[in-house]
Amino acid sequence: MVTVEFAASLRRHVDCAPQNVAVGSLRAALEAAFAAAPELRHYVLDDQGNIRKHVAVFVNKTMVTDRQNLSQRLASGDSVLVIQALTGG
Amino acid sequence: MQTLLVASRKGLFVVRGQGALWDISAHHFAGDPVSQVMVDPRNGHWYAALRLGHFGVKLRKSADQGAHWTELNAPAFPVKPQDGPMAEDSTPWNVEMIWCLAAGSAGQANTLWAGCMPAGLFKSEDAGQSWALNRALWENPKRLDWLGGGNDFPGMHSVLVDPRNPDHITVAVSCGGVWQTTDGGCSWLLSADGMKADYMPPESAHDPNAQDPHRMVQCAAQPDVLWLQHHCGLYRSTNAGQHWQGIAAPAPSGFGFAVACDPLDPLRAWFVPAQADTHRYAVDGKMVVNRTDDGGVSFKTFTRGLPQAHAYHLVYRHCLELAPDRNTLAMSSTTGGLWISPDAGEQWHGVSRDLPPVAALTWVA
Repeated sequence: MVTVEFAASLRRHVDCAPQNVAVGSLRAALEAAFAAAPELRHYVLDDQGNIRKHVAVFVNKTMVTDRQNLSQRLASGDSVLVIQALTGG
Repeated sequence: MQTLLVASRKGLFVVRGQGALWDISAHHFAGDPVSQVMVDPRNGHWYAALRLGHFGVKLRKSADQGAHWTELNAPAFPVKPQDGPMAEDSTPWNVEMIWCLAAGSAGQANTLWAGCMPAGLFKSEDAGQSWALNRALWENPKRLDWLGGGNDFPGMHSVLVDPRNPDHITVAVSCGGVWQTTDGGCSWLLSADGMKADYMPPESAHDPNAQDPHRMVQCAAQPDVLWLQHHCGLYRSTNAGQHWQGIAAPAPSGFGFAVACDPLDPLRAWFVPAQADTHRYAVDGKMVVNRTDDGGVSFKTFTRGLPQAHAYHLVYRHCLELAPDRNTLAMSSTTGGLWISPDAGEQWHGVSRDLPPVAALTWVA
């Protein structure tokens, strides 16, 4: 299983507990997690299905830099964390 | 008692009062930018458009005057095609902001329109539960020539629904002129003849597709009468936008963003002058409101109750709103000022100078 967790800054708008989802691509893992809180999808992904430019997704301790394809293959035990990206200020 | 909704950089304020006495009675979405707010005249429902810095555009609705809010699907662009004429479109197909909301006609109870930035027009036929992009306008080749003005992308800030004909929609784009459909959005015609864009090369100054309307409003009782604050001056149309008549710039300036008009009297409208166009604050730091009662032939300038020294307020395009009583007028600024006039703009009462930047006002009928 893969764990997908959303930061408190997101859960302030749409509450969602950490989700255990099947092993697969990063996109598949996120979509599976959105099933628990469908409104969350548009908070994380933009109109084109890309990770929003001010949202950061980490797989374990590594930030995902390809915001478009999300085809990275996840392994059992991996942890996905979705946070708001802070830029400056 | 009257109720005004104030959409601001830090949430939605509810202001209640009358005459000279007004108070903030509620604060919704504290801390979140609210780009637009609408009260549906058909059922009293409130709609608030949020522009969350990290998480995008959101749309919330309340059927009980703010006691409870529900999240709706916000307008969103379809997936951008990888081939065909739109593939090379440099404008991102992502809604960055809901800039205006408009209720459909009385006979289409669940129809809503949203003008966005980038300048897509979206329609909902289920009271905001779902939205569809108007592809006829978005995929018009002339759309690719629109400019962003002071923003990164062109935006649609004015959507007018003809009360006589729900299929007649007029929209204004900064910078992309005025467009009209009379078949419910299946086809569109550019409708900015008579306007002049001084910022363009001389040979393009009269190009209707290059015009920068800042705000466009319609006289409800005589919908062929339109008023428009343009980047380069004031305009009025008496034939539903087929031609626009320039209005001689009144003192102290013809530059500004906001315009409000009387819903019954086609000769009465209000403008808020600003110092053009690199300064963008009250001319000489003195706030004034101009009103015409004769279709723009002449103007009266009102200052009573408004700051007259070192006032660096800018009244943005959706921040001058006339109440249903046709006398109470509200005005707010990008530096957090809110004033209300009980007598059609002749004197003003300050409600606050400490609000966040205000994006839009609307009255609760």
